[in-house]
Parts: sequence; structure tokens; C-alpha cells
Amino acid sequence: MSTSLPGAQPTNPVFPFLRTDRMPHIWCPECGIGTTVNCFARALVESKLPLDKVAVVSGIGCTGRVAGYVKLDSFHTTHGRAIPFATGLKLANPDLTVVVYSGDGDLIAIGGNHFIHAARRNADLKVICVNNFIYGMTGGQVAPTTPVGALATTSPYGCYEHPFNLPYLAESSGAVYVARWTAFHVRHITRSMVKAFNKKGFAFIEIISPCPTLYLRRNRLGGGLEAMRFYKQKSVIKNGANTKDLELSFQGEIIVGEFVNTERPTLSQVMEAQLQQALGARYVRP
Amino acid sequence: MKADPKTVLTGVHFLDGDHACCEGAIAAGANFAAGYPITPSTEIVERYASRAPKVGGIFLQMEDELASSIAILGAVWGGAKAFTVTSGPGFSLMMEHIGMAAMTETPCVFVDVQRGGPSTGLPTLPGQADVMQARWGSHGDYEIIALCPNSPQECFDLMIDAFNLAEQYRVPVMFLMDECVGHMTEKVVIPAAEAIEIYPRRYTTLPPAEYLPYRPGADGIPEMVKAGDGYRFHITSLTHDEKGYPAMNWQEQEKLVRRLVEKIRLQGERLERNEEHWLDDAEIVIVAYGISSRVALRALQMAREQGLKVGLLRPLVLWPFPEKTVRELARRVKAFVVVEMNYGQIVYEVERCAAGKTRTVLVGHGGGTVHDPHDILQAICEVAQ
Repeated sequence: MSTSLPGAQPTNPVFPFLRTDRMPHIWCPECGIGTTVNCFARALVESKLPLDKVAVVSGIGCTGRVAGYVKLDSFHTTHGRAIPFATGLKLANPDLTVVVYSGDGDLIAIGGNHFIHAARRNADLKVICVNNFIYGMTGGQVAPTTPVGALATTSPYGCYEHPFNLPYLAESSGAVYVARWTAFHVRHITRSMVKAFNKKGFAFIEIISPCPTLYLRRNRLGGGLEAMRFYKQKSVIKNGANTKDLELSFQGEIIVGEFVNTERPTLSQVMEAQLQQALGARYVRP
Repeated sequence: MKADPKTVLTGVHFLDGDHACCEGAIAAGANFAAGYPITPSTEIVERYASRAPKVGGIFLQMEDELASSIAILGAVWGGAKAFTVTSGPGFSLMMEHIGMAAMTETPCVFVDVQRGGPSTGLPTLPGQADVMQARWGSHGDYEIIALCPNSPQECFDLMIDAFNLAEQYRVPVMFLMDECVGHMTEKVVIPAAEAIEIYPRRYTTLPPAEYLPYRPGADGIPEMVKAGDGYRFHITSLTHDEKGYPAMNWQEQEKLVRRLVEKIRLQGERLERNEEHWLDDAEIVIVAYGISSRVALRALQMAREQGLKVGLLRPLVLWPFPEKTVRELARRVKAFVVVEMNYGQIVYEVERCAAGKTRTVLVGHGGGTVHDPHDILQAICEVAQ
């Protein structure tokens, strides 16, 4: 190990992408969010994006803390509102690659309306949703992604609401790229992120991720390692699967893969084309 | 810095307050607006949607006021000058991001064309009951600046001031119109661009290695950057240190919140802007703002015809409150008569500044119509006895 050499510093290829002065981070041992950030850093390397032109926007929650740990222009916004913040940021500064990185509660519950409208507009945003089936930061409450029957502090007798099927929601709202992986699928995640970065329009990646402290333990599902084993055993890669068929159940099969990869003019493209057509020479591009 | 002549509609116009407000924003350099339709403010964004693509601006109608009010913050950090527009119920929804703008020191303008409330209230009729909400409607401690025009001309003029103050102090500025001012049509003179002074954004000249996003300058206000310029900065709505990093302790909370409050509160009279009528010999002073000040002026004339020594003080900047002027008047006048379309908001500030030295009377009502000048006159006569 190079770390044993005198004077040598432990190094990791993702360090340049992290605000190491903010370490240690707040995430629990065995949490999956860090794994996704590792994939994100590697995807930035692979995509060769100019890092000064990449901005990360997060909302509130455990995953919402990602913006604070990545060494990029980064914005930690109010609960649920990362997407409309990012929409304004991208429109005002179209040279940026804008990544929205947040959790299921933030993006899909309180931010659900913004999510569907940004997808409808095909706003040029790369939305990464770490789905741990629970509100982690507030102590393990039920979420719109919690599977029926799963225990949470606010569903002490088991969740009795149907969860969202996120890839289906994203596709039917208009996303041009939709993928789902688990925290086990690190290389797939990285590859999907690179694709999303290079895609014009609303790209959505769901990453199912273990919350050992509040979801796994309460539901007696072991720790992070057991979750990884479970993801490995119960995940089925079905690229191109119909997103209608991607419902998740409590400890049931998890269909993962890349489901949507299509083309549709982005919000900015439609805006400029429409204004150009209507106004001709009177149109002054932003 | 001067306004861009390509965007300013120099000339004499016949405009309503909403349209004049929009032209003021454009003249001030606003190149991004997001909004959600709501009466009686909608004409502002309708005009902006029509004008923006001809002046290099962007308008986006968002899915709600929560989205509108944070889209403008994103746009500002992307380098735009941005504003949003709403009325009472939408203003309530925007409180979340007025707080965020205050906390992150994001310069921007929130226009609230007030209607009768509470709740959905009176969509097409005037009110002035959002004054306290404009000051402290979002949770937590902070200070903002609020401007209050009483004519379409002032909607234009003060909107430029609103953007300039937002940039100078890095605060969200509240632009408190009301339905009457918004829908009233009058002559509006738009000056030449070179006559319009623009306060430029306080961008840093420091290199990234030396820059700290929240290190205050000598006047307590930090310098800005925008995304994409290589600073790799972090902005959070959590309590933060000078680096912009979350800092969860009372020491940083005290340092930050105190600075956010004091950067406005300690300005004192520097931010005061009042219109004064007949104050020199006044024994009774009417305090009124927005459309109510125009009705109050009629009452003042009637009182003077009866030989009563009445004056009028109209704050154009409602927040911070013109404390010095009111305190000085309190030392020499018999009474304040506060005229506002609510059941008492600014009256409490007047009473506070009067500090028991003079009597303070409210002439208020629930909104929906302007005051009858006779009601104001009656209050003046009662006080005069």
C-alpha cells in the first residue's frame, strides 16, 4: 500500500471531486449515498466534462447533502425545490451542465409537482434520485416510495399506500432518458450517468440504495452488506423494459436497466425555435 | 453604470401600474422572470412575456409560486437579474424563498400586487394587508427592503430602485403595489437610458483561491460570484460560515443572522424616502402609503380648507420603517392619523416610534375599496378637538 510509505498521503481518484475539508460526511456507515457519489465522480472523469461548467443542485434530506460535498459549483436549496432552482440556473447560464441530486422524498413527494413539470418541459437537467424508500434525515418516516407493508415510524403497522413507480412517472411525464439501478450496480450507474450527462434534456436515474439505520433495521433486513446481497440476488437487468412493469414491492424483484433513451427538443430549443418563428428579426436571443 | 438603451422604452406613455412596473424591471436590467398567474398582478408577467424575447430576456411560467420564487434565485446564481410577481395567496407561497433569498443573500425582486385577504380573499379588489407579511412572512430573523409606489409613474421609477437596492444590499426587495395602483392608468414618462442609473452586481475580483462566498466586506455585505466561472463555490440555505458551508452551532448562527439583520437595520435614515405635504406647520400628521396616500391627500385638502393644520407623510420605503422622521415628528405634532387598508399594521410602527409622545389613531378597514376621504377627515376632526 502506498499509504505506508513515509510522507505519502492516502489518495483516491475521487478526492479531487470532493470538498475534503468537509469530511467526515454525515452519512451513516453502510449507507448507499456515498457509493452513488463515488459513481458520480467517476462519471465526471469519464465524461470529460469541463468541471467549471458543472453545477450540482440538491434539495433537503440525506441525499440533499451531496451538493455540499462535491467540489463543484453547488447549491443546497429548500425542500423539494431543487428542480425549479436548477431550471432557472440552466436557463440563465446555458453553458452549464446542471445535475439535480436528491432523494425520493425531496424529489417525488414535496417536489413531485416540479419533477413532472420539468420532465414535461424537457428542461435540460440530469436528475439523480437516490431512493432509499424512507425519510432518512428526519428519522425514518414513510415516503411515497415506501413499499406496501414496510415499516416506518409513521407507518408502524406497515405502509398502506401504493408507492410511485419512478421510471414510469418520469417517462410518462416526458423524460428522454430513464434508468434504474441499485447501489450494487456501480459500473452501470457510472455508465448511465455518463450517458445522462451527454444527453440533451430531462434525464432521470433512480438508484435504489440502502438506509441501514432507518429502513433496513426497522424492517429487520440486516445491514448494508445484506442489502447488497439482496440487490445482487433480486435484481434483474431488463434494458428497454416497459416502465409500466417496474413496480416495486416489499423485498420483491427489482427490475433495473436503461428503459428510455430517446430524443425530444429541450425547453430551450423549443423556446428559441418558437420565438424565432414568431418574432423573426425582432427576437433577441438571451 | 447606465441602463441599456436597447431595452428602455424612452418616451411618454399611458400605462397602468402593472405595465409600468414591468417596464421598470426591464429598464433596471431584469433579464429573467418566472411567475404564476394571479389577479391582479398577471398583467406584469403578460407584458414581460411579450417584451422579454425582444430585449434578450427569458420568461417562464412555472407550475406554482414555489417554483417561480426559487427559479429566479437559480437564475440569479446563473448570472441573471431576476424578479417574480404575485398577489396575496401567491405571496404566501413565496415566503419560503423570500427566506432563502435573505439567507443566501441573493439579490432579486418580489412584486406583490396586494388584494383583499386573508386567504384567497378578494381577487380583483385592493388591499394593503400584506405589509407585515412582506417584512417577516418567512420564518426566522431577517430584514428586507420594501418599496411602495402610489402611481404608475412610481411603479416604473421605484422598480429601478428596487433592483438597485437588491444589488447594493444583496437582499430580496419587496415591491408592494395594490390592486388600484396596479390597474390605474396614468401618464408614465420613461427617461432616456443614460438618465437611469444601475447599481451593478457586486461580483468579486478575487481569484478563486482567495474568495470566500460569505466573507463580509467593510459594509457587511459579501461579494458575489456566479456559477460557471471556476469558483467551485457552495451555497446553502442552512446556517453557514464564511466559506458557505453549513455550520450547525450558535456561534455561526449569531454571526450570520446578526449580519443579515444589521446590514439593513443599521442603515438608519440612509434608506428613508418620504414624500411630505404641509408638514412645516402641521399639528396632525396623516401617515399613509400606496393608494391610500392619494385618498389621504384629498382628506388633507378638505381639512386645510377647514383651517386645520394637517400634514401628510408618505413613506416610499416601508421597510425599513422611516423611524427617524416619525420620531422627529412625534416630538412636535399633536397626533398621527394612520390611513391604511387593513386593521392595523403600519400603525404599530408609527405608535412605536411615537413612543407615547403623541397620540396615534388608525383609520383602517378590511380592504376591497379605497377609503372615503370623509372618514379620514372625520378622524382628523375628532383628533383635533
